[in-house]
Amino acid sequence: MFYREAGQYKASYESDQAIFPIAQDRIAMLALLLIAFIAVPLLASEYVYRAVLIPVVILSLAAIGLNVLMGYCGQVSLGSGAFMGVGAYAAYNLAIRLPFLNPFVCVLLGGFVSAAVGIAFGVPSLRIKGFYLACATLAAQFFADWAFLRIKWITNDTPSGSVNAPPLQLFGFDLSSPTANYLVSLVFTVVLALAAKNIVRGHVGRQWMAIRDMDIAAEIIGVRPMYAKLTAFAVSSFLIGVAGALWAFVYLGSWEPAAFSIDRSFQLMFMVIIGGLGSILGSVLGAAFIVLLPIFLNQALPPFGALFDWKISTATVSNFESMIFGALIVFFLVVEPNGLARLWSVAKEKLRLWPFPH
Amino acid sequence: MGLRKLALLGAAIVSAGMIAATTAPNDAWAQNEQFIPGLVYRTGAYAPNGIPFADGVADYIALLNARDGGINGVKITFEECETGYATDRGVECYERLKGKGPTGASYFSPLSTGITFALTEKAPGDKIPLITMGYGRADSRDGAVFEWNFPLLGTYWTAANVAVQHIAKEMGGFDKLKGKKIALLYHDSPYGKEPIAALEVMSKKYGFEFLPIPVPAPGSEQKSQWLQIRQQKPDYVLLWGWGVMNSAAVTEAGNVNYPRDKMIGVWWSGAEPDVVPAGEKGAGYKALMLQHPAGKSAVYADLEKFVIAPGKSLAKPDEIGSVLYNRGLINSMLGTESIRTAMAKFGNKPMTGEQVRWGIEHLDLTAERIKQLGFEGMIGPIKVSCADHEGTRLSRVHQWDGKKWNVISDWYTADDAVIAPLVKDTASKYATEKKITPRDCSKES
Repeated sequence: MFYREAGQYKASYESDQAIFPIAQDRIAMLALLLIAFIAVPLLASEYVYRAVLIPVVILSLAAIGLNVLMGYCGQVSLGSGAFMGVGAYAAYNLAIRLPFLNPFVCVLLGGFVSAAVGIAFGVPSLRIKGFYLACATLAAQFFADWAFLRIKWITNDTPSGSVNAPPLQLFGFDLSSPTANYLVSLVFTVVLALAAKNIVRGHVGRQWMAIRDMDIAAEIIGVRPMYAKLTAFAVSSFLIGVAGALWAFVYLGSWEPAAFSIDRSFQLMFMVIIGGLGSILGSVLGAAFIVLLPIFLNQALPPFGALFDWKISTATVSNFESMIFGALIVFFLVVEPNGLARLWSVAKEKLRLWPFPH
Repeated sequence: MGLRKLALLGAAIVSAGMIAATTAPNDAWAQNEQFIPGLVYRTGAYAPNGIPFADGVADYIALLNARDGGINGVKITFEECETGYATDRGVECYERLKGKGPTGASYFSPLSTGITFALTEKAPGDKIPLITMGYGRADSRDGAVFEWNFPLLGTYWTAANVAVQHIAKEMGGFDKLKGKKIALLYHDSPYGKEPIAALEVMSKKYGFEFLPIPVPAPGSEQKSQWLQIRQQKPDYVLLWGWGVMNSAAVTEAGNVNYPRDKMIGVWWSGAEPDVVPAGEKGAGYKALMLQHPAGKSAVYADLEKFVIAPGKSLAKPDEIGSVLYNRGLINSMLGTESIRTAMAKFGNKPMTGEQVRWGIEHLDLTAERIKQLGFEGMIGPIKVSCADHEGTRLSRVHQWDGKKWNVISDWYTADDAVIAPLVKDTASKYATEKKITPRDCSKES
């Protein structure tokens, strides 16, 4: 009833090719951004910031990065945790070795270092595909884990191998409050997500998708596989690297190599698969699902048990959390293999017809 | 209803629930309560060691509530949160619990070096102290820089020093260490790496060869490391493991026939779950003690009467009196005694994190007071100050005979000539990196 595009005429190419061609979508998006930038800071408590919003926002950016590579270019990667780590450690080293640089400049530069490393580890993708490429990116993960643990220069010779982020400041303002942390991460994620959305809509993104759908056909019509694949690796690693640096500087504050282990790679991969391959929105939904569901289950189970006069112990809650979480992932993938983004577009289709489905 | 509709509906319900759960307002708090949070891990690779510790922590608080009605009439509320030893979950738990109770969380004891590092960044802003008894950053004993960290009873550098002292004693003097080879088999994480700096200094000072051998977490697979030990034939192996890594190390030592009595574990590698799974192979293995042994001290009489007999204890019967259960009791005792110290200054009402911090910094437990508390024989006297957040640098060594731990050494005091310069060095490095101006401890009262 409300979600109808009838009467919205497109008289120019610009309006036809806009990110949100339908007026209602534009309004909804604007409203969402207003909520994220204005309403949330007015309402959220510190717990919601630190445990919910900041991780979701930062990991969304990382998931968008992985989605560029996996969803748009079709290159399977198990090394995203490593690229997050490269971004984080690069930003850390820049911050301590060039103390005049602003931490947020270091975060961006960390992204560029990560992009360079991503290109290096993307080179094998020119020859190997599919599962074999997954193995090659796994090598990136193991190499990075090794480097962070063993090369003492990277961790500035700290005795424990754990390093600390510099204080977050911008133009003399202290940005260590949770609200500031959230807004900073949100600005990074929104700006970079918009950039990513425009890249995947442009000629570069089309080349990626051509490679993804059939690389031989793409090559025949004139797409250069080397250029397409390596740009995908570069853009993806840049986004993941910036997310890694934010994760380290803004969320953790102090971290060890385990923060960027293979588990992180798998977590990001699940986000992308559950959210929806080849969708920017899906990356955000996937990140929210993977981060929030365990916390939600962990908090919801004890009151739920109390309804039946059953005092659930901490260990039981934790075990149930893993079981229900796993079962829900399987359920969602069986019901909607194309991810949460597809569920959302199905909902939009239905809304268009509602309340007269026939 | 089609499956897809069901999924849509499910997604809607879950997202609504998430929003509700994460934005629900805090419950109302009773005014006369002191809240103590518990970051625990009862699942995962470190659960065998995490469970008895968590039970000890909870049982001592239950004892204070049942016997004394809390601390000076202020009832203690206690809530656990499962971290699974993972840093990001630990941070989430910290954020969840730090604001509970009328005055917020009293102190945090995360029992994980990784989580301690992360919380070290957050605690000063939230004004909540961290009690990291026998773990955490070794340099955090410098209270001038680390105002909110309290590695009470001992740091890893104290442990490394005492271990080398014990080796020297077994060999017949520090001069005998020259040319010997000491390996460190360590958990490849900040926890395992902490002692390396101190051991490197001592290896230069005493002339032994130091051989660090990392084990990737969680440490259940150690074949190649023990092959290396067999090739290199170190005179002693120091074990710096946790959870499943400890029992795997002791078992592997048995498999390659490395003499168990030439192995010395840190105090986190010296409890029942570390040696019982190794069976016969564990006999002869030695470990440092975080001062206290296994067994029951005087406090157990009350514990039995007020907590265990009424069925309020979380612990299984075989945990009671074990090393880690005792450590949990001591952790809660030091925390609650600090709150009591703070109350002596600020009045008998719920203490804020800042007041508790003052209490820990002025904690002074004499031998007499420890006896009064029922912890005689468990720990020596401890006196914390601004300059020394560790409080005491004592340790002993005990040995597993296949059935129980036996104390085999006298009290050692760590040699501060070795440790103090290291602490100063790394703490000042931290202060520059974080742009902290150290407090002047001579002006603190």
